[in-house]
Amino acid sequence: MNFASAFTPEKLQEAWDCLLNEFPFAIWETLYSTLLATFFAIVIGLPLGVLLVTGEQKGIRPLPAPVMSFLNVMINLLRSVPFIILMVMIIPLTRAIVGTSVGTVASIVPLTVAAFPFIARLVESSLREVNPNIIEAAQSMGASTWQIVTRVMLPESVPSLITNFTLAITTIMGYTAMSGAVGGGGLGKLALSYGYQRYRFAVLYLAVIVLVIITQVIQSFGTWLARQSDKRLKEK
Amino acid sequence: MIELRNLSKLFTTTDGPVDALKHINLTINNGDIYGIIGMSGAGKSTLVRCINMLERPTEGTVLLDGVDLGTLDKKEIQKVRRRITMIFQSFNLLMQRTCLENIMLPLRLARVPAAQAKARAMELLETVELPNKANSYPAQLSGGQQQRVAIARALATEPEVLLCDEATSALDPKTTHAILELIREINRKMGITVIVITHQMSVVQEICNRVAILENGEVVEEGEVSEVFSNPRTNATRSLIYPEMTEGVMLFSKGGQRLRVMFNGAVTEPLIARMAIDCGIAASILGASTRSVGDRAYGYMLLDIPGGPEDLAKAVGYLSRIPDITVQVEAEYKAEEAEK
Repeated sequence: MNFASAFTPEKLQEAWDCLLNEFPFAIWETLYSTLLATFFAIVIGLPLGVLLVTGEQKGIRPLPAPVMSFLNVMINLLRSVPFIILMVMIIPLTRAIVGTSVGTVASIVPLTVAAFPFIARLVESSLREVNPNIIEAAQSMGASTWQIVTRVMLPESVPSLITNFTLAITTIMGYTAMSGAVGGGGLGKLALSYGYQRYRFAVLYLAVIVLVIITQVIQSFGTWLARQSDKRLKEK
Repeated sequence: MIELRNLSKLFTTTDGPVDALKHINLTINNGDIYGIIGMSGAGKSTLVRCINMLERPTEGTVLLDGVDLGTLDKKEIQKVRRRITMIFQSFNLLMQRTCLENIMLPLRLARVPAAQAKARAMELLETVELPNKANSYPAQLSGGQQQRVAIARALATEPEVLLCDEATSALDPKTTHAILELIREINRKMGITVIVITHQMSVVQEICNRVAILENGEVVEEGEVSEVFSNPRTNATRSLIYPEMTEGVMLFSKGGQRLRVMFNGAVTEPLIARMAIDCGIAASILGASTRSVGDRAYGYMLLDIPGGPEDLAKAVGYLSRIPDITVQVEAEYKAEEAEK
């Protein structure tokens, strides 16, 4: 089987049929595992990112240094395990939560575990961009720690958070493709098991092209939304 | 009334401890526009942050109407900060919120209902003369306009004291004047006590009634502005009021008799020429630093008086008859300068 024979008219016809029949569901699986995983990762990662900023020794509500060290080490550990290995490592956790370790729903667990430390770091960097003078101004108005976080720090960093969450979504979508290797559904699985393993390279390339297009759309939309939401840009 | 009693602040840095404030004693009466002036690094910012407990003093007390702020817990301090509000050099408005929302913020933090907060914010926009900027974002405003919004925000909770931390340092002279005018009006109409932190003498000159001079964390001079300005007793004060004076104007002195003439709001007139005509004394000006505020002069002039002691006495007599001018014979000036 040589490479060129993967692009004969029959093969292309086959790929085209696959595009019509298999792709819509695969795209749906990719999107929904990506978005759900991003959602859960934000639910865990956002508060964690806030703690990383407010809890440090010069933050607005310092936490004990050992607590901060623990959080940082935990995040760094999770961030440094390659996703494909993490997926296998946490199979027991996935089973405990979903009941199975195979399938698209099950893949959301490792995706979330891999993404929340990443989100926490992104939130941390967004919040650090907030002008400390503005936080001091809020303190001078009598704002509590909770009020400073919810009414000043988070609202002031919305454009940056949107930019960073867009980055997170596209990265997590890359992970979903990998999760195809251990039974997660979506375009990744399509590309690997239909395309690569059965030598239907046209399908493989089509899946990649669709992934590239989706990534582009998400990235462009995120960039547009971040710009729209930023009131510091005068020309609007 | 705000009383600072034996207030000290020690910062522990990597280079060892730093005395930011040393045993400060000040009393700021209700209705004052109180200036605290000093060079950068003198401790002004730390001092003003001790007043609303953004910095906890290491030693000493801050009394607001007799209540020691150091004994209050977090919640109570947050309430005090609605009574002592603050404006800043960099305005510090929330950039992602409209002017109206910025002004509403302190009210919303104090759990005032939205409708009520909005009505109050609109009122305050009128007060600061920006009624049509309600829905503009700070980035769309000039510096002066941003500071006006910040002032409106600081007034939202109907404070008793307004702290101004270098509030006009980022503004051009004309805008500075307009903002100071607004602050003066707020002080007069609403009876709000104002504490002005600045390194600019002109700011103190323009609006303050009392002033404290801060140097290396210590108050070196304190009192009525006119008093302190016309008779600076320390070198720190002198170098703030007359920066040129420390730069060796005495080089031009021929070693004669020297008179220091202090203008404390005297009506501007050709003084030296008139003295020449009226007394026949041809004084030469060795150095001068005067400022006009309206048609009144503030500052000093250093004169060399030729002739003998009678001429000197004559000149002193002539000049001290003019209202709002004080005269001092500067016989030991040179010696004092040499000590430094």
